[in-house]
Amino acid sequence: MTQQPAIPLFEEVVNGYNNLSASGSAGQESSDLRRARQTAFDKFRLLGFPTIKNEDWKYTNINRFLKEDFALDGIVAEAGAPVAAAYPKSLVEKAAIPELDCYQLVLVNGAWSGEVKGGPLPKGIHLLSVAAARQDPALSAWFEKAEWGNQHFATLNAALFTNGLFIRVDAGAAIEKPLHVIHVFTSDRNVLVQPRHVWVVGKNAELSVIESVVSSSGDTKIWANSLSEINVQTDAKVDHVVIQVSAPGTRLVHHTTVRQKKQSLYNNYTFTLPGAELVRNDLQARLEEDHTETHLYGLYLAAGQQLIDNHTLVDHQKPHCFSNELYKGVLLEESTGVFNGKVYVHQDAQKTNAFQQNNNLVISKKATIDSKPELEIFADDVKCSHGSTVGQFSEEALFYLQARGIGEASAKALLINAFAFDVTEKLKYPAVETYINDLISHHIPVAHA
Amino acid sequence: MLIIKNLHAGIEGKQILKGLNLTVNAGEVHAIMGPNGAGKSSLASVLAGRENYEVTEGEVSFQGKDLLDMNPETRAREGLFLAFQYPIEIPGVSNINFLKTALGEIRAYKNLPPLDAKEFLALSREKQKLVEFDAKLVNRSLNEGFSGGEKKRNEIFQLAMLEPSLSILDETDSGLDIDALRIVSKGVNKLRSEKNAFIIITHYQRLLEYIVPDFVHVLANGRIVKSGTKELALELEEKGYDWLKEEKEQEATII
Repeated sequence: MTQQPAIPLFEEVVNGYNNLSASGSAGQESSDLRRARQTAFDKFRLLGFPTIKNEDWKYTNINRFLKEDFALDGIVAEAGAPVAAAYPKSLVEKAAIPELDCYQLVLVNGAWSGEVKGGPLPKGIHLLSVAAARQDPALSAWFEKAEWGNQHFATLNAALFTNGLFIRVDAGAAIEKPLHVIHVFTSDRNVLVQPRHVWVVGKNAELSVIESVVSSSGDTKIWANSLSEINVQTDAKVDHVVIQVSAPGTRLVHHTTVRQKKQSLYNNYTFTLPGAELVRNDLQARLEEDHTETHLYGLYLAAGQQLIDNHTLVDHQKPHCFSNELYKGVLLEESTGVFNGKVYVHQDAQKTNAFQQNNNLVISKKATIDSKPELEIFADDVKCSHGSTVGQFSEEALFYLQARGIGEASAKALLINAFAFDVTEKLKYPAVETYINDLISHHIPVAHA
Repeated sequence: MLIIKNLHAGIEGKQILKGLNLTVNAGEVHAIMGPNGAGKSSLASVLAGRENYEVTEGEVSFQGKDLLDMNPETRAREGLFLAFQYPIEIPGVSNINFLKTALGEIRAYKNLPPLDAKEFLALSREKQKLVEFDAKLVNRSLNEGFSGGEKKRNEIFQLAMLEPSLSILDETDSGLDIDALRIVSKGVNKLRSEKNAFIIITHYQRLLEYIVPDFVHVLANGRIVKSGTKELALELEEKGYDWLKEEKEQEATII
């Protein structure tokens, strides 16, 4: 066991785990799930919180964020009867996407009230709170996977999660309107919130989900450690947008594992905007069967002293899979960006096509970016490429715009939007694209750029 | 409208303009010709406010105001327009959005109310027709994938939209085939009025057959060495620029 006495949170989670086992909240879960929790917890006790000595955290020092006291949220909540806490309604208004025809639901610190706006859900889609799903013998197996390896935060979540959202789409069901899930994080004391979400998209089914992450700003600190598992079955199609616009005082650590079966399609678009001081996204696409298609698009706009870290993994396990990744970053003020894109091609995964690109625009002298493509290829008949660039504003382009009467501030905003365009244009819904472009324009503090 | 007095300017410590004088009045078209490296494009850059040029001496007054004191966007809002020799491609910025932003900022500067979407569209249509600019290009990303000719025509379309009082055309004819040249010239001729003025920078006389200037100046070694009417352009075409060097050398010998 790793001793981390200097980290109050470490003690808190140890106590929390003991309480969870004792409270009986976990008592109604299957024995397999309880075993999975124990395994995950033992692993976490071994790993502790990551330091810069861990290769995956080399450029992301979270020491300063671990100094505060955090209480564990949700452990004592009564199982099966999740009560959504009060939250500022303005947060939901901020996250709502104008002109988007969707089903909207709100999760507060991982708890869902059961309410859906935008009309009754169509046949074929089932939503359930994880507080209920984890005690359902028919669904329990979805929470029992223990494949978190050395992922510090994923193991912590897998040991201690109590709530979240379970989405199931029946085989053959095409859900036409997107689901907009708004994750609200709010608290009047420092808390660690650990929602876990599981999606199961059945054979030949189609689902489009937009997730917004918002949080209330205040003196309290919120640490959200989320774990999402997205199971894309044979021939299924999933379109997944993540928009992180949380407030300062929030630390977001989000692990997503996608499991793709034969001929399935998964598209991910991750947008991270200024706000939360720490954002760490781990997105792992496991291509478990052949002929899958995967697109990972990302855009991060970092400001202030923000640290935004995107770690992605595309795990090509089987032949004839296609993956394409494009992440773009804009670093303002004193922000730090980290991009680590790993592509792993197993020996079995012949005829793999895997492409990766990371481009960065570093606007301020005090901003930094660490970009690291990582390719491990064990098959010999593959097409793989990667590229990474870091640049500044084109003086020529800036002058051209100014010579037409466009002020420096607007000109820079136009150029940042243009830089982001390669990513935003890939979005399926024009309303989401407009919303994102407005967010970008709104968040460019040009005076400090 | 524009009075340039004894202008000295350079780039990276290299002196390029060495005491240039020029006066342009409303309603006039001035052609500036000269050999390569004479400082023609540098003059255009200095007037438009390109940052890497340093003015070491002299003054430029534009409509009674000190032009050199303004940043590039203010110069544009005051009514100065530079048609670029090499227009920049900016993927992701749509041509029409770019123009809407530019026109909006220029109108705000002049305390004019912004055009609503309908008015803007009507104006855009009218000007597209005037300068024969393809509607398909209007909605594309700014200059992205445009041919050389299309880029130059886009410059003239922007000129038509922004209605500047002084337009500087920096080698707009370079890289144009004869048809494009004709269309660009036709556009400029339609936009000429008693209220505005043009400075046409060119290496060749060809463009001046279509846009007939009121004055022709020869720029050599950073100064205007000869001024005349359109006949001077023909003389240059016939004799080339070498005789200028000879004249200068003679001058130098005499001194």
